[in-house]
Amino acid sequence: MPADLTASPGSGRSGGVILLALLVIALVACTAFMTVGVTGGWAFVLQLRAVKLAALLLVGCAIALATVLFQTVSGNRILTPSIMGFDALYILIQTAAVFAIGASGLNLVDKRLLFLGQAALMTAFAALLYRWLFTGAVRSLHLLLLAGVVLGMLFRSISNILQRMIDPNEFVVLQDRFFASFNTVDTTLLGVAAVIIALAAIAIWRMRATLDVLGLGRDAAIALGVPYKRTTMTALLLVAVLTSTSTALVGPVAFFGLLVANLAYALIPSHRHALTLPAAALIAVICLVGGQTVLERVFAFNTALAIIVEFLGGIVFLFMLVRGAVR
Amino acid sequence: MTRTAAALAVFLLLAVASLFAGVSDLTPGAVLAGDPAALNLLLTSRAPRTIAVVLAGGSVAIAGLIMQMLARNRFAEPSTSGTVDAASLGMLCATLLLPDMPVIVKMMVAAAFALAGAGLFMAVLARIPLSSPLVTPLVGLMLGNVIGAATSFIAYRYDLLQSLAAWSNGDFSTILRGRYELLWVAFALAALAWFTADRLTVAGLGRDFSVNLGLNYRRVLLFGLSIVAMVTAMVVTTVGMIPFLGLAAPNLASMALGDNMRRAIPLTALLGAGLALACDLLGRLVNYPFEIPIGTMMGVIGSMLFLYLLLGKRFRAG
Repeated sequence: MPADLTASPGSGRSGGVILLALLVIALVACTAFMTVGVTGGWAFVLQLRAVKLAALLLVGCAIALATVLFQTVSGNRILTPSIMGFDALYILIQTAAVFAIGASGLNLVDKRLLFLGQAALMTAFAALLYRWLFTGAVRSLHLLLLAGVVLGMLFRSISNILQRMIDPNEFVVLQDRFFASFNTVDTTLLGVAAVIIALAAIAIWRMRATLDVLGLGRDAAIALGVPYKRTTMTALLLVAVLTSTSTALVGPVAFFGLLVANLAYALIPSHRHALTLPAAALIAVICLVGGQTVLERVFAFNTALAIIVEFLGGIVFLFMLVRGAVR
Repeated sequence: MTRTAAALAVFLLLAVASLFAGVSDLTPGAVLAGDPAALNLLLTSRAPRTIAVVLAGGSVAIAGLIMQMLARNRFAEPSTSGTVDAASLGMLCATLLLPDMPVIVKMMVAAAFALAGAGLFMAVLARIPLSSPLVTPLVGLMLGNVIGAATSFIAYRYDLLQSLAAWSNGDFSTILRGRYELLWVAFALAALAWFTADRLTVAGLGRDFSVNLGLNYRRVLLFGLSIVAMVTAMVVTTVGMIPFLGLAAPNLASMALGDNMRRAIPLTALLGAGLALACDLLGRLVNYPFEIPIGTMMGVIGSMLFLYLLLGKRFRAG
């Protein structure tokens, strides 16, 4: 997709127009989400939906930013944090926490505090793990991809074992409270998540020029004076924080980032992060909010969004893999 | 040979342990003394379960070996080639459309789907020049994901997610006498590979090469894939998916014996059965008296082994 467009370097203006169009579509999607199919008390419905809309907006932004950042750092367009097992790792840490502390203990702990602790742990782990993968002997992209996919499977299986070791009665209680999905958006974390995502977004926005240079590749970036190691680590830390936050809110969404980031590259005729980052975030919002509106109100499928994302994303991934190998 | 003997000894030990591990108390002494309750327990539950684990483990391992030969890739096996997911989709469709049919018919539907899935995988592979051996399992895993997503969507739509969960995670805890006999057929089919090992090896060398050697490439390919599909469908129908078993056993065998398929088949089957027994036994003991299904145990052990194969070799080479 990205290569099909003849990208000219000075096409910032048309990029701006596309961003504006995306913004309009996103606003339309949000309005539709808030207003379509309201029966009965408006005040009640609007409040209920506003909370959910806020969660979707936050998740969309977090996933889009994390994916674009991760792809710039890793220098390709097919790796994403969730394909590399980031969100499976978050679920594993969460399960391990539940397993270690137990339900009675968890009820005493503030959930936001717990979330912050988990996010910190996750960030540390992710940094260690991926530093090993990125700077070790592992150079081939395919190896990185496959290792990431298998790591994700390993994390999921270990979580599964731990979940089975927890007392079944306790687990049912915990599942609703601690394992989020699109249907059971975790609303107690919205405030914390909003602050974290806003801070991360500001940090990424301030890095945008450096990221443009980083996109030229490792050697070029170093030659142009970018402190490569430090920038890469900062970016990976931000990715870990964003991914933890979005997984805490709605659970894992495997291929969403891949879809959104590649749509953004295809639509924006530029490699500048000042354009691709907001474009990806807007597309994510359009897909999440629009998709949820259509599925919930038109087809009455409530939890199907994650499944559909998985299906479409898998096909896009296969397509990219096949096409990339042919070229 | 000593290695094979050692593997055999460990296997026998595991099999005996599997007979006598469980919630109700069963001791070898009681069986030898002819205690009727103990004999009954042994014959209806423990022995069928142990036999089922051995048969499923052995046949999945051989199916993995065949897949690896045909796809010419060390990391290909039914669960990394979309075959298992296709079989599960087939089971779902059979449950939806032919709910009153006997298990054997549903199994045949699942086998047909599995064959189509394996065929699709081979067709996609044929379109990719082999730039890296790692592309093959990636394509297979993603194909499996896409098929799996379609399956869960259908299951979600028709409220069958629970039945789907039953055959998407391998579990031997429900095996009793009369509920596993299909696995004998699966094992017999897998054993057929022994007689055709040379042809499958040649077919693995590629279309042009095998035609040059006078082999009907399409027929051998179809034969090999059919065995894989039937075995997969039977195992998925009776116990559910056992991920990575078909990957682990053949690779361990080839570490010991090299890549001669005919020689590797017995050891592969033995290792597959032994690994399945070990995982099943571990799953029974870790959270005693509850059980952890073999699908989950194998997911952990198999993916660790997969990672070792991926990264370990690379580190040794570099």
